[in-house]
Amino acid sequence: MIKRILLVEDEPNIIEAIRFILSRDGWHVATHSDGTTALEAIGRTEPDVLVLDVMLPGRSGFDILRDLRADPATSDLPVLMLTAKGQGRDREQAERYGVTRFMTKPFANSEVLAAVNAMHARPGQDAATEEGSGAAADGRDDGQAALRSPVGREG
Amino acid sequence: MARPSLTGSRIRERRLVLGRRQADLARAVGISPSYLNLIEHNRRRIGGKLVRAIAQELKVDVTQLTEGAEAALVNTLREAAADHRAGSEDLPRLEEFVGRFPGIAQLLADTRRRALSLERTVEVLSDRMTHDPFLSASLHEILSTITAIRSTAGILVETDDLDPEWRDRFHRNIAEESRRLAESAEGLVSYLDAAASAEFAGQTPQEELDLWLSERGYHAPEMERALPPDPEDLVARADGLRSRAAREMAVGWLRRTRQDAEHMPLARMREAVAEHGVDPAALSARFGVDLPAVFRRLAALPEDALGGIVGLVACDGSGTLTFRKPVAGFALPRYSAACPLWPLYEALSRPMAPVRHVVEVAGRAPGLFVAYALCRPSQPAGFGGPQVLEALMLVVPLDLADTHPATAVPEALRTAPLAVGTSCRICPRHGCAARREPSIMAELG
Repeated sequence: MIKRILLVEDEPNIIEAIRFILSRDGWHVATHSDGTTALEAIGRTEPDVLVLDVMLPGRSGFDILRDLRADPATSDLPVLMLTAKGQGRDREQAERYGVTRFMTKPFANSEVLAAVNAMHARPGQDAATEEGSGAAADGRDDGQAALRSPVGREG
Repeated sequence: MARPSLTGSRIRERRLVLGRRQADLARAVGISPSYLNLIEHNRRRIGGKLVRAIAQELKVDVTQLTEGAEAALVNTLREAAADHRAGSEDLPRLEEFVGRFPGIAQLLADTRRRALSLERTVEVLSDRMTHDPFLSASLHEILSTITAIRSTAGILVETDDLDPEWRDRFHRNIAEESRRLAESAEGLVSYLDAAASAEFAGQTPQEELDLWLSERGYHAPEMERALPPDPEDLVARADGLRSRAAREMAVGWLRRTRQDAEHMPLARMREAVAEHGVDPAALSARFGVDLPAVFRRLAALPEDALGGIVGLVACDGSGTLTFRKPVAGFALPRYSAACPLWPLYEALSRPMAPVRHVVEVAGRAPGLFVAYALCRPSQPAGFGGPQVLEALMLVVPLDLADTHPATAVPEALRTAPLAVGTSCRICPRHGCAARREPSIMAELG
């Protein structure tokens, strides 16, 4: 089972570090750096998990998240939001828009790994393999099968 | 009894009560701030003529400064005790206490004053942290850089079999990010230094007004009533408005708001906005009022009447911002002058010619707005007096403008927006033709 992740972030050195860590953990990592075209990139790459920065050139991560949740095809996509502003306001807004998890910069590599793996394992037991055991508490499995099927993948 | 050695402390105490700066008082009496500082800490004896000058500046009797103001001490402690349950029980014996233990009484008074002044500093600082666009941009930059460094360093330390090519690459990335971190940190430190030396001592009247307005959402429901209260009373009850200047400005704002509300009553304004959208020209024609009044009225409406929030800035003929209502995504400079490319200044250079632009504000997530601006000259002192200019700019978020067909922005206008910023110092637009000083931000991406 290929685990696909899309990283939407505009800091090249953060991209490189996260891509390296996730790749070594067995993830297939695609990246995208522009806020305005992020939705298209998400549609194209069909990731299992999305890592989304808040402050992006062109369009904010909040707006992108809002649009994702409004679209039935992506309304259940696990989204890990990154922000350098650890302010309560940002977190509240992200939660209002339906973020799955929220992480403030700077983070430890192990935290990111743990978060994305937990998010990947949680939604549907059927699709998740080794990570899936005992973690499917909230049963949000609608639509995940479609997102998970490894067809039409782009690098 | 007379305790001349404490004259300095009394000067300091009185000066702080009045909220005057040391430098300011020193200048007024013709001595250097450092000399005044020595005096205030009782390290210099002070002669009759200077005491008289200082007493006059501080609006107290000379004796109150020289002869130990036990009365002042009693007053300070009375104030302190009034807020304190156990303390207030001892109020009747307060004078006796001050007489018997002047030292401890002084200690109490000093401690209280210090606590109050620290509280105020914390208030000012935390307000600054939340509202200062430079601080927030700068901290974002620093946190991003640290994130890259931490993550990359983690890989270098935790990966045993790291390919040499990757290792070199990560080393380079760390070096690059460290340089960037050093630059940003330097920028931040120099900014904080500048702020600490000059303006960190307290809030300016303009800041007091801004804070007060923002707490009430730039809206005054009291002024919408058929029989509005006297603005002076309203302002007198406002805790946030400490200085007289801020109170006067607030009264002026309330009066203007009332005047605008009479011309454009809230109920009719709601109908008009529903019909025309946030279209200043249509509203101006409908109510028969001038555009600046419509700008002000729109900015003073409650959020539900507009379906969103609009921003408003005003400046005088010198370009100094005299009114600031920010809107999310369009940060307004707190201390420095604004971006010279704002339509506000285009309007200022062509009085009475209305200006409209779709603008894009520089930032990590650039926002699009429709800015309407107009400059109107007036002759408050008659035709013989000077011409006084005031320019106003109404800032409407593009998505709010788009909610109504009448104000929806044509595609042709939004594809080439006017590129503006907040203020040169924090603007990431390199090679801007109108830049007046280099940006102290490290380069953004």
